[in-house]
This record gives sequence, structure tokens and C-alpha cells, in this order.
Amino acid sequence: MASIATTPTGAKPRRRSGLGRRLLSPVTRTTGVARWILVAGLLLTLVFVVAAVFAPWLAPYDFAQKRLADGQAFPKMTAPGGDHLLGTNDQFFDVLSRVVWGSRTAVEVVVLSIAASLVIGVPLGLVSGYLGGWLDRVLLLVMDALFAFPSLLLAIVFAFLLRDVLGGTVLADVLGVGVTSAALSLTVIYIPQYYRVVRNTTVSAREATYVEAARAIGASRWTVMRSYLFPNVVSSVPVIGTLNAADAIGTLAALGFLGLGIQPQEAAEWGYDLNRALDDTSAGIWWTGLFPGLAIVLLVTALTLVGEGLNETVNPTLRRRKLVAVVLPPRDEKVRS
Amino acid sequence: MSASDVVVSAEGLRIWYGTERGPVRAVDGVSFELRAGETLGLVGESGCGKSTLGRGLLDLLPEGSKMDGSLRYQGHDVLAMSTSRRHALRGSDLAMIFQEPLTRLNPLMRIREHFEEALRTHEPGVGKDELRRRSMEVLRRIGIPPTRYESYPHEFSGGMRQRLMIALALALRPAFIVADEPTTALDVLVEAQILEMLHDLRSEIDTALLLITHNLGIVAEACDRVAVMYAGEIVEIGDARDVFRNPRHPYTRELLRSTISLSTTGLHYIPGAPPDLVEPPSGCHFHPRCPDAMTVCTTTAPPVVESAGTLAACWLQSPGAIPAGAEEPLRRREISDADEA
Amino acid sequence: MPTRPETAAPTETLIEVEELEVHFRLQGSSLARLFGRDTGHVRAVDGVSLELHQGEVVGLVGESGSGKTTLGRALLGLEQPTGGRIRYGGKDITRLGERDLRSLRTELQMVFQDPNAALNPAMTIARQVGHPLRIHGLAKGRDDLRAKVSQSLERVGLAPVERFLDKYPSDLSGGQKQRAVIARAIITGPRLLVADEPISMLDMSVRSKILQLMLDLKNDLGLTYVYITHDLASAKFFCDRVAIMYLGRIVEIGRTEEIFRDPKHPYTKALLAAIPDPDPDRALPRDLPRGEIPDAADPPSGCAFHPRCPRAFEACGWEPRDLQTLLDSHWASVSVEDYEREREVVGDLSGLERARGRAVLRPGAGSTAADVRALLDRLRAADPEEPFWRGVESVDVEGGDVIVTFAPAEDPVLRTVSAVRVACHLYEA
Repeated sequence: MASIATTPTGAKPRRRSGLGRRLLSPVTRTTGVARWILVAGLLLTLVFVVAAVFAPWLAPYDFAQKRLADGQAFPKMTAPGGDHLLGTNDQFFDVLSRVVWGSRTAVEVVVLSIAASLVIGVPLGLVSGYLGGWLDRVLLLVMDALFAFPSLLLAIVFAFLLRDVLGGTVLADVLGVGVTSAALSLTVIYIPQYYRVVRNTTVSAREATYVEAARAIGASRWTVMRSYLFPNVVSSVPVIGTLNAADAIGTLAALGFLGLGIQPQEAAEWGYDLNRALDDTSAGIWWTGLFPGLAIVLLVTALTLVGEGLNETVNPTLRRRKLVAVVLPPRDEKVRS
Repeated sequence: MSASDVVVSAEGLRIWYGTERGPVRAVDGVSFELRAGETLGLVGESGCGKSTLGRGLLDLLPEGSKMDGSLRYQGHDVLAMSTSRRHALRGSDLAMIFQEPLTRLNPLMRIREHFEEALRTHEPGVGKDELRRRSMEVLRRIGIPPTRYESYPHEFSGGMRQRLMIALALALRPAFIVADEPTTALDVLVEAQILEMLHDLRSEIDTALLLITHNLGIVAEACDRVAVMYAGEIVEIGDARDVFRNPRHPYTRELLRSTISLSTTGLHYIPGAPPDLVEPPSGCHFHPRCPDAMTVCTTTAPPVVESAGTLAACWLQSPGAIPAGAEEPLRRREISDADEA
Repeated sequence: MPTRPETAAPTETLIEVEELEVHFRLQGSSLARLFGRDTGHVRAVDGVSLELHQGEVVGLVGESGSGKTTLGRALLGLEQPTGGRIRYGGKDITRLGERDLRSLRTELQMVFQDPNAALNPAMTIARQVGHPLRIHGLAKGRDDLRAKVSQSLERVGLAPVERFLDKYPSDLSGGQKQRAVIARAIITGPRLLVADEPISMLDMSVRSKILQLMLDLKNDLGLTYVYITHDLASAKFFCDRVAIMYLGRIVEIGRTEEIFRDPKHPYTKALLAAIPDPDPDRALPRDLPRGEIPDAADPPSGCAFHPRCPRAFEACGWEPRDLQTLLDSHWASVSVEDYEREREVVGDLSGLERARGRAVLRPGAGSTAADVRALLDRLRAADPEEPFWRGVESVDVEGGDVIVTFAPAEDPVLRTVSAVRVACHLYEA
């Protein structure tokens, strides 16, 4: 009969597993505008991911296809409509197919570059921040030097260098030399960002009592880093990840625009198509430039929205407690039943 | 003491916060009076609403909370005042002392400047020399050597900073001060020094002080009266010595017994945990943990009864009013060790 | 009502600490670090000797900066000593490498002050409590691990265990977290538990429960405790022996009853008198030690407590900066005009902070050595009982300056006085 108070948060047992809860928490924890930003960004991103994954089925033609199966060549620079919903460009390519296949290239490059920079940057930051000493100083210097370079310049240099190195490797065989070298050159730009964020959070988390407690139970440095520091310092990584992804789309397009990125026969790439469309605009041909350009803008926007939305949840200084209006009931209700 | 001495009077004060689970009844029908020159200690476990009450009295509540009931400050109804009038009141007549003083001092201002600034804002038109003289006088009274007047806040120790905060709060001779755990972060000896200083200063100026603390010892040392809070309500209020010597409410008694002091020879504790303030227990909020609970306690809130100047809200104080048959001791299942705060 | 059980007479020695020193390098300014200059040391633990017997509870009591926590951490090898020795089971563990130390960690465990910070926020309770077993390979398979974790949780009162196993620390209350921390500490079957203020951050009504739990565990598991606290009241109830620490040293150590019945060291006396007690018939004394704990990077000479001690005398280690303190407290009690006049007489005082042995006071512009001397004489006449003057050997005028010479300082050492050991010159024959 006596009501026994449970812990304040444990009012109802939640049946969701720990990992699921942690993964979903950004969406469930956000409120108001931040939630809409996050959801809108996620939906828009999803559109491009679907396009990337199902490109062979969604795109009417192949990205480098210039003629139909029966050998009939596509018309050059035909206006949208008919067989070519978004028209064709000066290289006889179908614009719709190029845009759809372009999202596959973009997603491949983004995923590979972010994954590679995570795999290298996060452990480096963890080790550097936890162990400190000369290793920390040297790494900090190298990373700061990389960070100080203009990123596009760095990407150009590495794209050139990697092109030769990567020829014949497994990765290049699967994804193509162009995509791989573009992705890895972006990786070089992004590693310092993960490194810095993870290193700095590690330096402050190193002093936390639970890390001391881990040492007290006999955990080795490796265990401390893996089980105690890593799960607690990676919270800000998704934010940088999504914002970097947005940046990666821009940089990839810039490389393509300059003609230094992926070649048209290797894969469809929006930046390259945009470059080719430059001369068309004076002739009143708008569709060759508009659609790749629109794709770049939309995907960058989508990823930025996700990043900002995540930032609101992950960054406690930006987070605001959800305010719920209180209505004080009239006095009489004070007589408790 | 005449009624005109009353500085603060609250009646049926409620402060609720909105949350997704429903309103949190942080303060739920609190009534008390505080006279000039009097120190009232407000004690209770964390989450009982004592800090919320302290902030509510100074109109420092966070967004999303609502206050109603009656709150009178020197006879004026605070809740009916305009925001700007409340604001003006808070600056000069009401003051708050916080637990961590460093966050409340401007790191770029010398100590002397802090005091001159405070005095200047509230008494414009005082000459520069007079300002300097008066701030030095205040600093001297709290034992800050004059050689340190030009120092910055970070150059002082924790105890000195808390002295400075208190002196700064008292410099304007406010009529009412709320001190929220002012000595919790300090060492034993420094804590004792601060309590001594508070005591001395208060005998000089006729300020009403509400001292919020979780430490019953501090109440016994520094307060004239004590109010014991449980789950958003004051369950007992009266003369501090009297309450500690002869607690009327079982919660006060159990709290005193469970406090570890120099005379402790055996450990005693209150089973269970303080209730969730979204859905507080029916009847007397303390009944699930009360060793003396009766059937009536689960259904009806006890009336507040006065005896020898002490007010207590417990059915044990008014046995005549209990409906027949409802004075049966309460039978309940064992509360496990793990159900604790 | 549960009461404290009588403990059996001390048996074998578990840990022996000899002249232990833990000094920390100060960070200093970035410029000093760049040039590798020595920026001074904080003497967190400065020559402590202590024996822990199997099955006893030893309290390390002191205020912040007393070195009690550092000493506790050093006992577990979490802090590298800069001098002295810690012997555990006859073996010196201060020079052990990281790997050898780790294997000792199953026997020496710790409970932390802040239960909210001591648990990994990203691990479930089951995983954290079982982690020591996994680290040391003490569980045979998943089922054995689960069984041992459940047993340990039940042992500390987190029952039914199913309610807690898969929870994260943020789902638990403060007291429950501290129970989980204790469960993690006892799961490897340790012999020594260092408890660093285990109840100070908990609510009043929970404190006695956790203390009771620790007492039960001690009796059931035959644990030895080092109880670190600033709270004399809980130390009095909980400990068999108490060591009072001040600025890195033990100033008094002995059986709890003896220390509380008849405290010898003036610091112990002051601490005891200053505890706010709910007993309405007890009031705080008016003669509290003045000032606060000095900087451990530059501790006072002789007995570190002498500047605050009401009973200090010649041998306690008076030095020039005590003169600065005296002048400061005098000036805090006179009018603004008097202060400004006197301040001009004594001139520049900035040298007093660094000076050793004797203080040189150069008169300010327009004043003479005789004026300075007269001021000092006035001070002395106003309060002849002030302990400072006991340490002043002579006040001389030399070449226009006033020289204040102090009695030579002596470091007090722990010596047996009736039933306790105390480091105070008052008790030297």
C-alpha cells in the first residue's frame, strides 16, 4: 500500500537496448526548431543516398552512355523532355543520368573520406591526448601544419600525388582511381579536425574520476582508452562528420570544376559537369548547369542541416531545457485525496 | 516583537516547474514569516525544494516555473508588482549569497572597485573620496587587510572570496538576504569563521536572513529559527533550539537521528527515498517513510498545529481530529535498501 | 539500532609507509616551462610514516590541501612517490612498474568521493562492476561473470539485481551509484579499501546507510579501510585509529577514543571545536584559528600550523612573512586614516614574503628607524599575548633599518605523548 518512489528517471522501464537508445537519442532529445532542422536534413540526405544506392535502376541510362543500345546516338544538348527528361549536354550525356550517378560518386567519396579520416584521426587524437608527452607535441605540430594549409590547395596536391600511388590497389579497382584519390585527398584535410577535437576532449576527460577509477581497477592504458575514454569523447564526432561531409561535397565539386578531379569516363561528377556547362549558359542552355548545380546545393544544405541539428543536441551549451507551461490548479485541489 | 517588524511573509506559496512528465511541485503551499534581525534556517534533503523557495523569494526563478500564493515584502504584495519594481527591489533591498563566490565576482575588477561600484549604483551622488572611504570601511569590518584592497578576486583564497561576497551583499544594508549553502565549499575552520562573521555582521545591521543548508549543525550554530522542508512543504517551523531539543514532526526527529555527529554511537537512517515531486504521495508526503504512520496519514494531509511557538504538520499533534478507526498503525511492505536517494 | 562493532586487537601489518613523500612540480608560467626553469614544488605529502594493520579502519583526517587524498592514492600506486617507501606484505611497491602494479590492484581498491563521476557514463552497471574481473581474467566465461556481478550487487544492497544490471549510471540515484562503486571495488576480493570521502557528497539520510554498508562489508569480508575525510564526526564513529593531517604531514595519530577524548595538537583541538553540531547546547568557540591553510608550495617554516596556532611559541618557526600577516591584521582593525599614516612609516614591505630568518624594515620616505620601532613597540604593547612576539628574539636598529630577528625554527617530529603520537613542540620535555 505504501507507494515506493523509484528513481526519478526510471519511471517506466524502457525496453530499448542501450545502443539503440544512444543512436536514436539525437532525434528524441532534440526539441523545437533543432528537431525540424535535423529531420529535414536527414530526409533530404536520404533522397541522395537512395539515388546513390539504386542509381543503376533509377537512372535511365549509364553515366557515360552516348547512344542507345541499338546504336542510335543521343542528340547533343537537347532540351528537357521526351527521352531525356532533363536534356543532354555537350558530350551527348543524359543530364538526369549524370545527376543520379553523380550522387553515387558523391556518396562514395564522402563515405570513404569520412571513414578514413575517422579511422586515422580519432585513434591518433585519443592516443595523443591520453599519453601526452613528446608524441603529443609532434602530432600536434604536424596536424596544425596540415590545418593551416588552404584545404583546396592541399586537396589538389594530394589528388595528384595519390593518383599515381593508388593505381592497381584493391580500393582503386573497386571504386576507381579517381574516386579513391579524391576521397583520400579529402581525408588528409579532415584528419586534423577529428584529431584536434578528440585530443582536446581526451585531455579533459583524462582527469575525470572514472578514468582514475579505471586505473584503480587495474585497466591497462589500452583498456582505458578503448572502454573508458573512447565512448565518452566521440560524442562531438558525428557533428564534425556531417559538417565535413557537406564540405567534402563542395571540395569534390571544386576539384572537378577545376578539371583535377574525377574524369567523365570514370564516374559522373557534378563539378565536372558544371564546368562543361559554363560555356552553354551564354547560348541560353540552362539545363546542363542547373541540375548538377542544384544537386550540389541541395546535398550540401542537407548535410549542413543534419550537422547543425546534431550540434544542438550534442553541445550542451546550445541545448535548452524544454519548457512546458505550468497551470497552477485552483487552491481547492490542494486537499489531497 | 510587533507585526511591523515582519520583513517577509509568505502564505500558501507555490512554485511549480513544468516538465514533460507533468508539473514538479517544488514548493507546494509554504507559509512563514521572517522578522528584521532574525535568521531562519531552511533545511532539508536535496530535492526538497529549499533552493527553489530561496530563489522564488528573490524572484530569481528560471523560465518555465510559476509562483502563486501570497508573498509580502515589508507589507507590499510582491506578486502584484510590475517587473521593473521587482527588479529595483532586488537590487537594493534584497540580496543573495551563493555557494561559489568566484563565479559572482568580476575577475577583471579590483576588490575596491567591486565595492565602489555597488555603492555607487545604489547611492548615486556620493563623492569619490566618500565612496572610497566607505568601501574601505566595509572591507575592514570583514577583516580584509587594507593592503589587499587593490587585489583581484583570483588572488584571494576561497574563504576570503566568500567573505567578500557576503560583505558585498551586506554593503547596501539590504532588508532581506537569502544565503544558499554559503559555506558548503569551505573547510571546517573557515566555515566556522564565516559563520562567526555572519553572526557579528547581523548584530550590526538589522537584516532578515534566510540560511539554506543541508547541515543541521550550521542551523544549530547560526540560526534563531528553523524550518524543516520535505517534498515541497514546510513540515515543522519553530525556535531552532526548541525544535532540535524536542522535534514534533517524525521527519525532523528522524533527520536529526540520522545525522552523524560527534555524539553518534550508532547509525540510524530513514528508509526509502524522498518522493518524486511530480506525483507526491497522497495525504502526508512523508507517510511512506514514516515510522509512526497511521492509516489517516495516507489519505488526508495533516493540519498544521501550533504548540509552544512551534508549528508542525503531523497527525500526531492533533490526535483528537483523527477520524475514528484511522489511527491504526500503517502496515506496509519492507522498503529495500536500494530505494534511496 | 546497529552499532559499531568492537574490533579485535590489531593483528599482522598489512601496509607499512615509511617517510613517504609525494611532491608535484608546479606548472609555472609558459616562459618558465619553455626554458625548463624549476618552478617550485607542491609538497602534497611530505614525510609521512604510517602502519596499517589487517582489519582496522584508519582515518586520514584533514582539510583541503592536507595531502590526505594524495596519500591515499599513493597507497594504491595511483600516485608516484618522490621519496620514501610503501611496503605491502613486506614488499616495496613504490618502485614497481605499471604491469606489476596492475596485478596488485585486485588486492588494493578505492572508493571515490563523487559517485556521479566515478562511474563510466557510457557503460552499463553490469559491465562496469564486472570489468575488474575481465581485466584480471578472474571470470570463467560469461555466465560466471554475470553470476559474480549479481552476487556483488546483491552484497551492496542493489537488489533485485535485475533492476540495475542493464542500467546506465545516469539512471541511478547518488546513493545507488556509490553502492555500485563499492560493488566494483569489492568484486575482486581486495584486502585494502581506500575510501576517499565516500559519503560527503551524499544526502544526509543516505550517509549512514553507506557507512553501515561499509561496516558490514568490513566484517563479512575482513577488509582493511583507509577512510579519508574532512568530517571528524564520521571519523570518530567509523575509525579505529585516526591520523590528523596538516599540509602534507601527520600532526597527530592515535586510537580514535584517545584523540577525541583528549586531543593534544592545537590543530586537532581547533578542528574538533569548530564542527557545527546539531546539539543546541554546544556553540562554536569564539577563538578560532585565524587565516586559512597556507600554500603547500611554500609552507611556513618549522611547524606549518604556527601562523594560525594560538599556543605557538619560540621554537615553532616564526619568520618574516608572519610580520606581514601581523601588520595586515592590525591594519584591518584600525581606521583608514591610521592605516594610511602607519603604512607610510614602514615603507616597502614586499621583501618580507621571501626573506628568511630576519626581517629588514626600511622606513618609508619622511620616517626614521625610530618611528618604525615605535610602531612595532606600540603593536606589542597593544597585544602582548600575541604568539608572534614570543618568536621575536630581538628588534634592532642597524644603519637606518629596523632588523627583526626570529628564534631559529625547528621541525616538530611525531613523538609519543601518553597514548597518542603528536608532532608539536608543546609536548617536548
